[in-house]
Amino acid sequence: MSAADTPVGMPASSAPDTAQRSPWGEVLHSLARSGTFLTGLFILLFWAICALFGQCFVPYDPLASDIINALAPPAADHWFGTDQLGRDVFSRVIVGSRDILTVAPLATILATIAGTALGLVIGYFRNIVDDVISRVLEAFMAIPVVIIALLAIVALGTSKVTVIVVIGLSFAPIIARTVRSAVLAERELDYVAAAKLRHEGAVHTMFIEILPNVIPPILVETTVRLGYAIFAVATLSFIGFGIQPPSPDWGLSISSNYGMIGGGFWWTVLFDALAIASLVIGVNLVADGVHGAFND
Amino acid sequence: MSLSLITLFLLSIMVFLGGQVLPGNVGRAILGPFADQRAVDALNHTLGVDRPLLAQYWGWISNFVQGDMGTSYIFRSPVAPFVIDALGNSMKLAAVAFVLVVPIGILGGVVAALNLNRPLDRIISLGGLSVTVLPEFVTGIILILIFGVWLRWLPIAAAWPKGAGFFTQLYYLILPSLPLFLVLFGYIARMARSGMIEALDSDYTRTAVLKGLPWRTVIWRHVLRNALLPTVTVIATQTGYLIGGLVVIETLFRYQGIGSLIFTAARGKDFPMLEAGILTIGIVYAVATLMADFLYSVLNPRIRLGAEQ
Repeated sequence: MSAADTPVGMPASSAPDTAQRSPWGEVLHSLARSGTFLTGLFILLFWAICALFGQCFVPYDPLASDIINALAPPAADHWFGTDQLGRDVFSRVIVGSRDILTVAPLATILATIAGTALGLVIGYFRNIVDDVISRVLEAFMAIPVVIIALLAIVALGTSKVTVIVVIGLSFAPIIARTVRSAVLAERELDYVAAAKLRHEGAVHTMFIEILPNVIPPILVETTVRLGYAIFAVATLSFIGFGIQPPSPDWGLSISSNYGMIGGGFWWTVLFDALAIASLVIGVNLVADGVHGAFND
Repeated sequence: MSLSLITLFLLSIMVFLGGQVLPGNVGRAILGPFADQRAVDALNHTLGVDRPLLAQYWGWISNFVQGDMGTSYIFRSPVAPFVIDALGNSMKLAAVAFVLVVPIGILGGVVAALNLNRPLDRIISLGGLSVTVLPEFVTGIILILIFGVWLRWLPIAAAWPKGAGFFTQLYYLILPSLPLFLVLFGYIARMARSGMIEALDSDYTRTAVLKGLPWRTVIWRHVLRNALLPTVTVIATQTGYLIGGLVVIETLFRYQGIGSLIFTAARGKDFPMLEAGILTIGIVYAVATLMADFLYSVLNPRIRLGAEQ
């Protein structure tokens, strides 16, 4: 699952070799040549553009209902047909990328910040701190995210902020684990010893000295987590505990339309399902590419 | 072993916090905003939610262990029969998914490893990986469209007629188990594949080949037994994901299992039902982990013999 169990020799910490490119340039160069990464990036950019500007170029208002034309199959005037309220499915699929592409990345950023801080602390202090917190985190990670999220959202009420916080905090332990193993390797190096000899404080050593050198595994883990965050947000929206109506969100649309699937109204759910599938696969391709670029 | 107990304890605290502390005034929630304050207080006292938190937790968890899972807010009757019924149904669904995915997943991984870096390996590895990352309801919807709506081979809801026999039930459960199958297939095949690659590369395999054993015997007797050990652990840890997926799958297919019980309870804010459902799932997970540890030690002579000495 975790893409970076073993931190690799980070480009940032190794001495520049004979090549002209900087370590980060090397990574960018290998990303630019990775077909996996570019395909994923293309899909991701497509949906990002839809999320940002979709509202401006869709043929219909995604929220405007038109009961007379309800459940019309795909045709020239409605490319993807219309749903049970007569809303244009094509416009809804395009604009539907907006909420999930806000909530999932924010949750991932929260998870990365919280997880990195936690991972630095347990990796740096080791011993009892590491033992206790690591056990608790491992135990926590065994609980399915959907269950945690369901419980928390029912207790706290449904809102985008709750979803972001809940998913962010449930993913934080996974990132913490990755950061911890990177820090454990890093803290034995000379520059950390030098910082200690200079009587730098623990906070300075963790965040100023060690953190810049463990960025690569964090980046890899973050892109992997983004895929899972999209998975989780879509799932929560589908079961009604994520993004709320009247958003044209994909999971939400599927949940309100799949009841009529037996009637053969396939177009009301298929395009949303394919949209989620393409976004999740796109993010995973990007994650795969990033992982490859740092581990070459 | 101890880890799954910590998980269970942690889960019970989260369930307790989520179900009994965070929602606030239970009596007010049940009776509505216009009820008399005295009635609310009286109900809170009857339900025992005006006691100190520690006392509430202890009372709740000790009752739970003794089989008293509380009283549903909605049905006004004990929760336990609902949970047990639902658990039985979910077990059926999970069993169908597992019976399908374990042999096929292992086979997929083994075939991929034996055809390393050839097209067949690429198809199994990439295909397995891409279906694994998709949410269950997405694959579920697509499978329903293909097999239920377009081809009309399988029923789209897992609601069989009353008194249906084993094979009818099985027929209704195939479609709901497929999304779970797809999610688990990738993980199991990947583990089996990497286990196989490692075992094929080992010295004992080379020795077996060089001493002239037939290839078939080398694979069955020497490679597979070593390659599949890590896969057993993965299969057990996947029960957690399987359970998370049940909430979605059972909702999608309108199946009366533990997942849809949790979902319905969450929707209706029926906290005793929700708590009992989630904690039951936690226990199932802990038992599965325990069984995997046991199976691993039985299969692995190094651990088995080490314990006997």
